Amino acid sequence: MTQTSESAARKDRPLLEVRDLSVHHGQLQALRSVSLRLPAGATHAMIGANGAGKSTLLRTIAGLHQPTSGTILLDGQDVTRLAPERRVEAGVVLVPEGRRLFPSLTLEENLLVGGTSARPGPWNLGRIYDLFDWMADRRGQRAAQLSGGEQQAVAIGRALAANPRVLLLDELSLGLAPVVVRRIYGLLPQLADSGMTILLVEQDVSQALAVASEVHCLLEGRVTLEGPPGTLTPDQIESAYFGVAASPNGQGSRQDPPGAETRRPGAGQIPGASE
Amino acid sequence: MTWVNAIVQGIMLGGLYALFACGLSLMFGVMKVINLAHGDLAVVAAYIAVGVIAVTHVPTVWSFVLVVPIFAAIGYVLQRTLLQAALNRGVLTTLLVTFGLSVVIENGLQQFETANSRSLDIGSLVSDSFSIGSQITIAYLDLVILVVAVVVLLGLQYFLSSSKNGRLIRAVADDREAAQLSGINYRHVFGVAAAIAFGTVALAGLAFGMYTQFDPTIGTDQVLLYAFEAVVIGGLGSLWGTLAGGILLGVAQQVGAQYHAADQILAGQLLFLIILVLRPQGITSRRELA
Repeated sequence: MTQTSESAARKDRPLLEVRDLSVHHGQLQALRSVSLRLPAGATHAMIGANGAGKSTLLRTIAGLHQPTSGTILLDGQDVTRLAPERRVEAGVVLVPEGRRLFPSLTLEENLLVGGTSARPGPWNLGRIYDLFDWMADRRGQRAAQLSGGEQQAVAIGRALAANPRVLLLDELSLGLAPVVVRRIYGLLPQLADSGMTILLVEQDVSQALAVASEVHCLLEGRVTLEGPPGTLTPDQIESAYFGVAASPNGQGSRQDPPGAETRRPGAGQIPGASE
Repeated sequence: MTWVNAIVQGIMLGGLYALFACGLSLMFGVMKVINLAHGDLAVVAAYIAVGVIAVTHVPTVWSFVLVVPIFAAIGYVLQRTLLQAALNRGVLTTLLVTFGLSVVIENGLQQFETANSRSLDIGSLVSDSFSIGSQITIAYLDLVILVVAVVVLLGLQYFLSSSKNGRLIRAVADDREAAQLSGINYRHVFGVAAAIAFGTVALAGLAFGMYTQFDPTIGTDQVLLYAFEAVVIGGLGSLWGTLAGGILLGVAQQVGAQYHAADQILAGQLLFLIILVLRPQGITSRRELA
């Protein structure tokens, strides 16, 4: 292979690639042959109902679940069998659902722990305190004493301390007031501009559509729809989100192409889209 | 004045109990492992000291310089292999595995070291003492053990709250999975915590061996029980509580002995029972480590 074609291949290569990923929780299949390609610097969103497998996907990419089949590639390197802490070293960092700070540690200690296996890069305590200007004054406070929104910010800061190449965000908005959610989502473009690749999971579809360059919809472990938010119609998203019941008894095929005529009566609006 | 003396002696004895309880408390606080072989391991440390002294002719009181690192290494390896394998199968499995370990150790010691009592000979230091007033007599050895216990607990407290490794241990104790997501190899951190716990077990075993005679079964008969009581009285996972619990247990026993020699053990058990009924979370209510 010549130099030029090699660099061309490099350019085409996504930073994070998921190929045919299947994951089981015991007897239950949580993910069925899911594939994703995230170019460097992109922000993609996974949407889907409760139990669609969104969190399982992020947790599998982070290494907390072992897939039954499929591969996860980071910059072309197979990381499928790496332990979670080794993936952090490689640059894949998850902000878990429910924030999961270390409650007995102080705010600053949480950030320091996040930097345990940090890669070289722009993020350090000072940069994180610049991004969240309220943190420095309260660095000695125990994480358990912070409000939900503050804890979410610290959880993001803790992930940034590792200097991730790929940042995985699981349900940032869970349990937070809308104004706090907007503030936290307002940070994401800054992170993306710094070259970080972001994959986020969100139940609040309008929030996901607003921030992502590409949206993937999961239904019962399968990707039912994907594309840039601008090219997707609300009807398409709705049917991909809920699954389509063509017949009134709910036995309709879920493989049907999404369309308005297959909408289940009374399925309602896209969650969050009306706000 | 005899009552004051009983309390002073109780505090001294409490130092030994706190030293025993420290490792048990740490193992539970970090890994949620209740180590039923804890007492037997302390006895093993005393036997290892007998061997080390025979081979190297190091003075008995300095044997800890060799025995503590040996035991810390054993702790790390045991945690990374047997105990981790048990943990992977659930917390209850660790109870079975450490119980099995206890049985194996006791029978191994009886097989290879016989059931005869042994002691660590420290010459006249075992009986040297000084007096305060006419009633209170303090043995140097008791005082040294108390000081060692306080220094170990203070040092451990400082290590956990101020060092990087201490921070990692607290993080892993708080949330193992979140620690992994922060780039921490929690199995290694568990190993480090076990090494520290085993180091303190070794110190406790040596102190016990100098203090009194030991045999293969005394680990479960006495050491484990008193360590457990000290930890429960003080509050699980709290180091300061462990010191307080050890001292309270020691004082209860000595005050009981003041009534009647046969009441020593009974008084300790009664205190334990009263705490269990009235304040099952222990006298310190803080849940976090350190």
